Amino acid sequence: MYEITEKRDLAHRVSLFKIKAPRIAKKRKAGQFIVLRLDEHGERIPLTIVDSDNEAGTITIVVQEVGRTSSLLCQKGKGDTILDVVGPLGKPTHIENFGTAVCVGGGIGTAVVLPISVALKGAGNEVLSIVGARNKDLLILEDEITEASTKLHVTTDDGSYGHHGFVTSVLEDLIKDGRKIDIVIAIGPVPMMKAVAEVTRPYGIKTLVSLNPIMVDGTGMCGACRVTVGGKNQFVCVDGPEFDGHEVDFKELVLRNRSYLKEERIAIEEATYHEGTKCYERGDCS
Amino acid sequence: MKEEIVADMDPKEMKARMKMPRQPMGEQDAKERVKNFYEVPLGYTPEQAIAEAKRCIQCKKPLCVAGCPVGIDIPWFIRLIEEGKFVEAARKLKETNALPAVCGRVCPQEDQCELVCIVGKKNEPVAIGRLEKFAADYEREHGEVSVPDAAKSTGKKIAVVGGGPAGLTVAGDMVKKGHSVTVFEALHTPGGVLMYGIPEFRLPKKIVSAEVDCLAKMGVDFQCNSVVGKLDTIDELIADGYEAVFIGSGAGLPYFMNIPGENLIGVYSANEYLTRVNLMKAYQFPEYDTPVIRGRHVVVVGGGNTAMDAARTALRLCPKTVSLVYRRSREELPAREEEVHHAEEEGLDFQLLRNPVRFIGDEDGRLIAVECVKMELGEPDDSGRRRPVVIEGSEYQLECDVAIISIGNGANPLIPQTSPDINVNKWGNILGDPETGRTSKKGVFAGGDIVRGGATVILAMGDGRKAADSMDEYLKDGKW
Repeated sequence: MYEITEKRDLAHRVSLFKIKAPRIAKKRKAGQFIVLRLDEHGERIPLTIVDSDNEAGTITIVVQEVGRTSSLLCQKGKGDTILDVVGPLGKPTHIENFGTAVCVGGGIGTAVVLPISVALKGAGNEVLSIVGARNKDLLILEDEITEASTKLHVTTDDGSYGHHGFVTSVLEDLIKDGRKIDIVIAIGPVPMMKAVAEVTRPYGIKTLVSLNPIMVDGTGMCGACRVTVGGKNQFVCVDGPEFDGHEVDFKELVLRNRSYLKEERIAIEEATYHEGTKCYERGDCS
Repeated sequence: MKEEIVADMDPKEMKARMKMPRQPMGEQDAKERVKNFYEVPLGYTPEQAIAEAKRCIQCKKPLCVAGCPVGIDIPWFIRLIEEGKFVEAARKLKETNALPAVCGRVCPQEDQCELVCIVGKKNEPVAIGRLEKFAADYEREHGEVSVPDAAKSTGKKIAVVGGGPAGLTVAGDMVKKGHSVTVFEALHTPGGVLMYGIPEFRLPKKIVSAEVDCLAKMGVDFQCNSVVGKLDTIDELIADGYEAVFIGSGAGLPYFMNIPGENLIGVYSANEYLTRVNLMKAYQFPEYDTPVIRGRHVVVVGGGNTAMDAARTALRLCPKTVSLVYRRSREELPAREEEVHHAEEEGLDFQLLRNPVRFIGDEDGRLIAVECVKMELGEPDDSGRRRPVVIEGSEYQLECDVAIISIGNGANPLIPQTSPDINVNKWGNILGDPETGRTSKKGVFAGGDIVRGGATVILAMGDGRKAADSMDEYLKDGKW
């Protein structure tokens, strides 16, 4: 059992949790993730570790309510427990002094890019951050990102705060202004990461993206998380989660992430449920 | 052969025994069982078990024991059954086998103990596996589960990486030898392939849990959600006071065929498909949260035991058809005959001498068909089996919305990545001495699929047995 020691609502349907997991807190590095299972009937879902506190023995995750498990998790509060937490999984982000790094976070990806920004700044990089949200209310962790960056650019889709538009237009402006950019790290919704990779491609700027496909075991056994990178199968749980954004087959990833749309609907609206199991129980397979 | 047969049994009696028919095992009817996940064989009644035990001629130099990877004293436990001492028989089994209820179900006895059974020379061999299952089940079901005695504590502690069949065997053996044992399991429950891979209808999960509980009662400490290599490395375990480490981290990433369309929605590895259904109980979705796509037309690729498990699982999820595509002929199917037979009874469509060449999807990236070619058998290859050769122009398409690739696994990279001083072969499998399990790193042993690549539960257990003996020696003399 893993205890939730703190919960904070960051935005509508977005919450931050601190979870007591001292062994993971001790080992975890930027870029790594956990897999959790809420209860005996739960599924295993991957979530990136946003921060850790070795002294308190806690790890921090940020969760957006999208499916059944994330919604159930967001109903939990301080003092509640999670049955299983395993990690730290995946390869840590490779941190060095690249020079100038641009960290792009979209939506909840802002939380994921934060520890990487912190580590890059710690390694002596000039860190330019661009974070995007649909509107001002959905913007998260602005203070933390500000602290982790040399300069922060905020964009909102509706113009309610910061630059009106997408993260890509700010990135493009930076490049066109002649800023020397040594590396771009983009984490967020798949279409955003794809768009960022397309912006940097013509300039040959190294661009890393962090992928969050469907996983089951998360330890290199099942192969659910496979993605095509540079024409080859890669397994995000052990080969990733970060890959060269110019090589990732985003189209395939988008499709694969929709594998269980129908089932997710069923799981959320439990009303219509038994369809599948009834069939198996009755043996009425027609 | 004759001198190997016991002398103290009356020759007439022996002759009579050798003529007795093998007790048949009741089974759920095929039409019924494809609608549920309950176990297929019903098990012997006590009367049947005694009658079957009477067929054993109690060889003095029993070949069956030599044929068993963990060296169970087979004639002895069978004699106890014959005498109606079922609980004692189970205890006898547990002296040498940490998981008798598991082995009684999933061991390929026809290639091991039963293959060499003297009774089997002229008649059907003694049903050793069924008797093993009977004794272990009897003990459990009658609430008389015994906890084998452990030797006096040696004060030494050892670590086991991976709670699958190899690791559980090491844990059981070492705790009996008086050592303090911690098992580090990556998943949320111990059991490894017994939990995530082998289906409920072949190996009920409550049986695995009961065997794990027994080990826990013996003093084995299970640490779940612990990925060695990511949490602690092997070196850190050693620094932490573990004087020896056994690595039984099991099968790694599944192989795919590298043909077009393999990442379409609906194409699974057998590992993923089986993990979803067995470990995560997707067959009870949405009561359990993990989904699995229930195909109307399912195609399984491969011909091993895992392929049969996947196919028979698919048959229980209400499909219209389940086909098995295998590139050689029925004779070369690597799966156990019993599994093939059960699958046939349950309606599996065998597409033999066929091979997939591409998967075809719709605009949403969902699988709708697989294109296969027909094959014929040519000259024998390195494995001695006749090589399948494509028949040009024989392409055809099979409608399918779920495909399950079951063509084997690579090695799990997590431990070699963080322990470069443990030597591996070119496929990433750890090099372990076949007799002792010793690796290139002092104090570190390995066995099961992380060494073998892909084998059976009992071979993994045999590795565990040998490694435990060698580890015990090492803890005493410190020699490497």
